[in-house]
Amino acid sequence: MSRFEPLNAGNLRSDGRRPLELRSFSAQLTTHPSADGSASVSHGLTQVTACVYGPREAKNRGQTMHDRALVNVEVSVAPWAGEMRRQRARGDKRTLEFAASIKATFEPVIQTTLYPRSEIHIHIHVLQLDGGLLQASINATTLALIDAGIPMLDYVSSLSAGLYLTTAMLDLTSIEESDLPSVTVAVLPRSGKVTLVSMETRLHVDRFEEMFKLAMEGGKVLRGEMDRIVRERTAALARQMEGGGGTKEEDKMDTDDL
Amino acid sequence: MVEITIRKRPREEELQAQRKFFRKTRKGRVIKVLRERYLRDDIGCGVSQCSLCAALPSPGQAPALPLSGSPHTQFPTGHHLLPDTNAFLHQMDLFEHPAFSASLIVLQTVMEEVRHRSLPLFNRLRNLVRNGADQEGQGCWVFWNEFRDETAVAREEGEGPNDLNDRAIRKAAAWYSTHVAQALSSRARPPPAVVLMTDDAANRAQAENASIPSLSVRQYVAGLAHAAELGDVLSVHGPADDSAAKGAERGGRPALYPEYWPAATVEAGVKSGKLFQGFFNPSQYNYLEGYVNSQAMGRPILVIGRTDLNRAVAGDIVAVELYPESEWKAPGDEVVDQDVALANDDADDSEGEDASAAAETERRLAQREAADARDVARRNPLERHPTGRVVGVVKRNWRAYVCHLDAASLSSSARTSQAQQTVFATPVAANLPRIRLRTRQAPALVDQKILVSLDRWDITSRYPEGHFVRALGRVESKEAEQESLLLEYEVPYRPFGRAILDCLPGEGEAWIVPPKTAGSVVWRDREDLRELIICSIDPPNCQDIDDALHARPLPNGNIEAGVHIADVSHFVLPDNAMDTEAAARGTTVYLVDKRIDMLPSLLGTNLCSLRPYVERLAFSVIWELTPDAKIVNVRFTKSVIASKAAFTYKDAQTRKDDLKQKDPLTESIRLLNSLAQKLRAGRMAAGALNLASPEVRIQMESPESSDPVDVEQKEQLETNSLVEEFMLLANISVAAKIQETFPQTAVLRRHMPPPPSNFEMLQDVLMKRKGMSLDISSSGSLAASLDKCVDPAEPAFNILVRIMATRCMRPAEYFCAGSVSRETFGHYGLASPIYTHFTSPIRRYADVLVHRQLAAAIDYTPLHASLHSRQHVERVLNVVNRRHRMAQMASRASIEFYVALSLKSRSERASGGVREKAFIIRAFRNGVAVFVSKLGLEGLVTFKREINFDPEAYSVKVPSPSGGEVALSVFEEVEVEITVEKDVNTQRGKVKMVVVHPIDSRSL
Repeated sequence: MSRFEPLNAGNLRSDGRRPLELRSFSAQLTTHPSADGSASVSHGLTQVTACVYGPREAKNRGQTMHDRALVNVEVSVAPWAGEMRRQRARGDKRTLEFAASIKATFEPVIQTTLYPRSEIHIHIHVLQLDGGLLQASINATTLALIDAGIPMLDYVSSLSAGLYLTTAMLDLTSIEESDLPSVTVAVLPRSGKVTLVSMETRLHVDRFEEMFKLAMEGGKVLRGEMDRIVRERTAALARQMEGGGGTKEEDKMDTDDL
Repeated sequence: MVEITIRKRPREEELQAQRKFFRKTRKGRVIKVLRERYLRDDIGCGVSQCSLCAALPSPGQAPALPLSGSPHTQFPTGHHLLPDTNAFLHQMDLFEHPAFSASLIVLQTVMEEVRHRSLPLFNRLRNLVRNGADQEGQGCWVFWNEFRDETAVAREEGEGPNDLNDRAIRKAAAWYSTHVAQALSSRARPPPAVVLMTDDAANRAQAENASIPSLSVRQYVAGLAHAAELGDVLSVHGPADDSAAKGAERGGRPALYPEYWPAATVEAGVKSGKLFQGFFNPSQYNYLEGYVNSQAMGRPILVIGRTDLNRAVAGDIVAVELYPESEWKAPGDEVVDQDVALANDDADDSEGEDASAAAETERRLAQREAADARDVARRNPLERHPTGRVVGVVKRNWRAYVCHLDAASLSSSARTSQAQQTVFATPVAANLPRIRLRTRQAPALVDQKILVSLDRWDITSRYPEGHFVRALGRVESKEAEQESLLLEYEVPYRPFGRAILDCLPGEGEAWIVPPKTAGSVVWRDREDLRELIICSIDPPNCQDIDDALHARPLPNGNIEAGVHIADVSHFVLPDNAMDTEAAARGTTVYLVDKRIDMLPSLLGTNLCSLRPYVERLAFSVIWELTPDAKIVNVRFTKSVIASKAAFTYKDAQTRKDDLKQKDPLTESIRLLNSLAQKLRAGRMAAGALNLASPEVRIQMESPESSDPVDVEQKEQLETNSLVEEFMLLANISVAAKIQETFPQTAVLRRHMPPPPSNFEMLQDVLMKRKGMSLDISSSGSLAASLDKCVDPAEPAFNILVRIMATRCMRPAEYFCAGSVSRETFGHYGLASPIYTHFTSPIRRYADVLVHRQLAAAIDYTPLHASLHSRQHVERVLNVVNRRHRMAQMASRASIEFYVALSLKSRSERASGGVREKAFIIRAFRNGVAVFVSKLGLEGLVTFKREINFDPEAYSVKVPSPSGGEVALSVFEEVEVEITVEKDVNTQRGKVKMVVVHPIDSRSL
């Protein structure tokens, strides 16, 4: 039997958080200037970078759609990201499935009809992994899309939630993920619509609703944080354009320091 | 809505907050693990009314430590005690002692280390924290030091995990001191001290440097109010400074035992098949002999002699090295009782003096025995066992043992003194070694039953060392005997806690089946069987009625028969406190004068119990049977029933036999009975065994007084077998159903066929003494040949053979259907291909699981997730199997105790011993084992004089006073006189038997 204790008697999780506390969240925009939009997001020790290319002419003409843009998602996991060094093949089933679920999350949110016969390519790099891969990828993609100036209905903010006995907890680390039933939810916080629910573990149906609701609430909190970061970044850019003495340093501003 | 926040982690915290370590996987790959943690400032110190921590959230727990600490002579301003990990690992009995009171701080670091080192100790520690304070100046608080920013430590270069933990503990102690001082700065009195308790001298020295007050456990206890009493419970792991001196002293002592092999060597040996690993079982006749049951070997390995036994204690998992086959021996033919052989051993300095009388006696015994054993082995290859010696202990399974103090080991001058002295404690279980014990309360404990915990067993010490835990009460007082019995068989007997009672329905006694309405939750999918003529048949005074029956003819000529079982799973929901407790208890334990319930009595004896004339929820199995008792179909349904009568077996029998009674209830019993007879005949034809065990019943004078008046054998009536047959039928039908629906996790019960080697001895004896043979090729042939073992002159003989055959069997066990292959599902004794327990959910936990699975199988409720998991089911069943075994032994021991009591009162009335007929069941070189079937009692008759022993013929020849010899051989009937004698030294009541006919063995 595993001697891991997800929630101790003092109501603290294995990393010192309370059940409803999220890990330290930070994000940077335009980390890859060569892309049309990019963002790097970290939830605790999980770190993901997303790059957005487009809207542009589709590389593969055959796939173009005459009434809307095509969304492509590609995911690559760095060999050093996980606990064990591991080179993943390109066509890895799990990675493809993962990319497909991100694609399905964003297709209804991006206003693709504005860009017929074009392609929006999203590339996700996973740099470091400590649970919550899906949520980090979705949040990074949201910010990268915003950075690229692609119109969306709303922020898509995503969060994982788990359950230990009867206590729901948010933003699981990898050890928690391996021990607890968990669900990842992606929401459009303003309308409260849900674009993704992903659950790979068994869970009693009675417990699901509570977890689900908490993950949605947590998504709203994350949205506030992302919104703040985007606004600060935009304000800095605006200052720069006005010639208000924006410097090179400020351009590469670390939102964490603000 | 609760607040959801994001924990911000300052950049500079990174070093403190991240932990990197390397882990090796089972395959040998090395993994780098990086973990982070979040340090916080909202972790409370636990001191009540602490001005600094008052505003902090303290979920689930109110601050528990008294403001000004607890009293101690060295700390006049009061103190809080902060023990390190080893203090808890070694001295848990001290902290649990009722006289121990302190304001106790348990650090997270300590908690986690204890958890890592020993799960049972961790659970005890958790209970300690949970139970908290019950008196002034006492309290217990867990401080999560690793998450508080001031007390968190990060590993330094080159620092080992132990040093890191010690440093964390010291840092927390220092923080507490300043914190407590700050919190109380407004008060005039100086603040209480925070005392580090550790037996590690190096740690203490470092604490001194940092000016943290620190004490060893012994030093600390010396300054407490109940020092003498508490000093006794200290384990001899002892302080480091003391053991250095001891080591020097021991240098001169010769080692009595070989050292154990290193753990790695043992492990490798077991893996490679060179060593055999298994539970150690001492022989019940000879304390210098034992067996190790190893899976790899297939038959028990014999270990003879103190050196070869090498400090193994009953229940330990040991590794054994086999001797070459030429040195294999047979178990000795002599009865050696430790108490007698070593009566004169001195507790203080038995070791070292090789010339001491005890060692001498023992060596002589051992030599003679070894020689004889070889002798026997040469003569009788059948009895030869693989023989080996213990070379290592894989796992000690030491627990606290119930003991008596050996009065002879008290020095006579010290009979009244309070000085500390070393004495012997003799465990109640005869197959355990005596335990050496240091105590100051020896005189007070002489006629008490006491609980003693084993600490260690050095190679230089003849006996293991232990420490006193607590006294249970006077010897032979019923309370003490009862409690010691429960402790000895590890029966959980504490009253049900708050959390468990909260799981009961709120209405309590007043709960009734709600009226039948369309929307009623209780009535959903339940069949209304209230009109059926249902009755229950149980032993007299049965309060937990869990089964009831009915039968009625159907218009098509067939018969409908139903078994209705209490619907316990309606009340006991999976995964709540009551369920967990029931799973841990596993079964209800029946002692002669007490019942230890598995479920709170509100359920067991009222709400679930199928009492007559009230409506109760039930789980019904209803068959349509042909008049020849062939099953046409079967269905399972939850139901509501109203039993029409609760009979005892006797009532039901007389009612059935009374031909004048023609009411439907009686007709129903007759119908059931006729079916049961056919079912039984069918079962017997299929080869079911009819085994016997010595079942006796204790007759009490009145329900109030617990003085046993007499012992009688249980009667078997027709109605007993009526109930039995239908329960078997229900169990088999249910087993088939749940196995079909849940092939992976169905809870089933099986009885493995016994290995033929178990019967070798019995077959040989039967052949030689009686010229009878047992055919053990199948259960059917065994049953048939058992039927033939009849001695017209001695009607009890057949029962005796059955009892002895039963002892050759393997015990039946619960198992999870997915864990073993389909071919091994069978139940040997019942000759049924599949079987389970469904019919007694009030008193057996396995039945509760089966109820849940059956309910899911008929789509009544979805199956709880835990019952989908094979690992979970296996884990639960392991516990249940063990509890079941223990419960059986406990009730047997309880009966034995009362048999002895009744013998005592009988012999007092009769002035002299009680005379009974007995069978000889085994012959030794210096005695015979006899079985008194009337009392269900087994005893030993030993002869002091040399007698003529013939192991081939299983008999001893005893010289008779009239000249010539009288042979006493196995299966012969003799008359014995039974007396209960008190051992002068240990105050233990002992049943003593002597043969009085055909020869008086008192003179021998």
